[in-house]
Amino acid sequence: MPAIIPNSRQDEIRRALRGDGYRIKIGPFNVSLRSRLNKVAESMSLFYGDYPQLPADAFVDYHVRVDNPLGLRRWLHPQAIFSFDGFTPFKPLPEAQAFAMFEWGLNWCIATTAHQFLVVHSAVVAKDDRAIILPGDPGSGKSTLCAAMVSQGWRLLSDEMALIDPEAEHITPLPRPIGLKNESIEIIRTYGNNVTLGPSINDTAKGTVAHMRPPPDTLQHATRAAQPDHIVFPRYTTGAATELRPLNKPRTLTRVAEQSFNYHILGEDGFTTLTRLVSNCPAVELSYSHLDSAIAQIDALVS
Amino acid sequence: MRKSRLLIEILCNPSAAGHFTPPDWDLLLRQARSANLVAHLGVLLEQQSEGVEIPQRVHRHLAAARLTVKRQNMAVRWEISQLQQALYSLSVPILALKGTAYVLADLPNGHGRLFSDIDILVPRAALNEVEIRLRRYGWRSTHNNAYDQRYYRQWMHELPPLQHIRRQTVLDVHHSILPLTARIHPDPRRLIENAVADPASEDLFWLAPADMVLHSMTHLFHDGELENGLRDLVDIKLLLEHFATEAAFWHRLVERARVLELTRPLYYGLRYVQQVLQLPVPAQTVKSISAGGPNPLLGKMMDLLFETALQPSHATCDSIWTASARWMLYIRAHALRMPFRLLIPHLMRKALVKRQEVEIKIPEELKKIVADVER
Repeated sequence: MPAIIPNSRQDEIRRALRGDGYRIKIGPFNVSLRSRLNKVAESMSLFYGDYPQLPADAFVDYHVRVDNPLGLRRWLHPQAIFSFDGFTPFKPLPEAQAFAMFEWGLNWCIATTAHQFLVVHSAVVAKDDRAIILPGDPGSGKSTLCAAMVSQGWRLLSDEMALIDPEAEHITPLPRPIGLKNESIEIIRTYGNNVTLGPSINDTAKGTVAHMRPPPDTLQHATRAAQPDHIVFPRYTTGAATELRPLNKPRTLTRVAEQSFNYHILGEDGFTTLTRLVSNCPAVELSYSHLDSAIAQIDALVS
Repeated sequence: MRKSRLLIEILCNPSAAGHFTPPDWDLLLRQARSANLVAHLGVLLEQQSEGVEIPQRVHRHLAAARLTVKRQNMAVRWEISQLQQALYSLSVPILALKGTAYVLADLPNGHGRLFSDIDILVPRAALNEVEIRLRRYGWRSTHNNAYDQRYYRQWMHELPPLQHIRRQTVLDVHHSILPLTARIHPDPRRLIENAVADPASEDLFWLAPADMVLHSMTHLFHDGELENGLRDLVDIKLLLEHFATEAAFWHRLVERARVLELTRPLYYGLRYVQQVLQLPVPAQTVKSISAGGPNPLLGKMMDLLFETALQPSHATCDSIWTASARWMLYIRAHALRMPFRLLIPHLMRKALVKRQEVEIKIPEELKKIVADVER
């Protein structure tokens, strides 16, 4: 693993994780993580080592923890369990997946409580504050495309969740490591020169998972919102030619609504936000198999 | 203010939050979340805390929880309309209970309460027909092993929980408010006779005010699941604040408790709503039910147990006794629910058979971002 974070900093992070919590600002959220696991400390240093620290008296949105569950199993096949302040929504998983579990657990916290936003399952990248929303089901190639774009200089707002402000209609950045799966890991490792990947985690339900570190400049703009400019539904198909097809508004509306986690909770506000988004943003479907030409097509959309 | 008492102090006196620092707010919200009282806290702070400035970050959580309750309440009304449709031609009264009733009757409790199951009561004589009809409309029994089926059908006051195959909602169909095997037998017919009709429909009812309070108390002091105990005690407080605006209500409450054989739950309910949440109860009422209480020694013990168990289920509120207190009250509740000869084998079985893990439903749309971590 590349040593980006100095050893002394790593020790600080480890101590905080083992003590009262490693307290950082992730996008608009204040998060405190506790963990005694070395794997978590290593990955937190690599991915979150340079995130802004919270002052000691800050209000924390999510007090979370990833640790071994109690029981005999931990001596044989150590597991990790995620808890949101004592509440454990998920079953334990093998300890090797502990860091991924933090990511999934934080997704869950945000999607179930951050109703000040319309939260849509999608990657968001921006150029000059013009944001491209890339919704997509797992397997659509959304994260791969997002990682490739980010390594080509696009600004990462989010890999997994678009936080759309119902009033301002802009997108609040939530920069976090980009989750890559299976073949995508090698494709991205060799793709750009701006790429730092964490350790591969084998045998998750999603296959092999590895995370890509957001480029350093991402964090410098972590509080700068961006305006939605285009909605692009990526569809990776082996051997396909790169092709953009415009999508009509009604179809776009239903497809984005399907990808939203809290559309039903926001009710009328959710509907208004979504209709405004869709009427202001042209939407396209992007079939691709070649990253460079796909990115060139998206570049053309905002130039 | 002691850290472990933060939430309870604010429940009793919301304006005390006026002096809060960010770490106080942090802890308050953590305790409220583990007590399942975030939305209630939001309502309370909005209504009764003039001059308290709620930090924006805190406000967002309160607002989000209230929004979730609002959607839940719409969903509950929809679910009930589906039930009415399913049972329409049977012409049986459907009596909403607990959270479901608070929503339908538009009581203050309904504005800040999240709950997971729909609870209804139907006359026991109609139970079979109701179950058949519900099955036809897509509700399926969830506890499918033979022991659980027999446990519910022979001993309990409800059918095994039903789940709708498409909407995934869970429905508890009761025919009484206490198990058939319990020592006291409040007659469900009396509850139905006295029920309040929904002004908007012919077949929908909820319990009369005094009965509703008594049921809420019976549920808390006989059910034994004390993890949500504080939330349930807050329910009792809110119901009393809402209904007991005249002296006659207190009198009626005591009378009803006698008729329904529920003087003991009433005694405990009033005792702890005074002691833990500082609700004033008229001295006359307290005096008139003192005979319904336990003997002094048992009373002392119950005070210790309940005052420990009724704290928020948060690490910062736990003492070394918390887990044992909740466990002892769990055993006590079971001892009240069934005679000894049934209780011992039942608890042994529960201890030996791997306890069915509490099922937390991960909504379908969230599964793609939490990978395989669902239970």
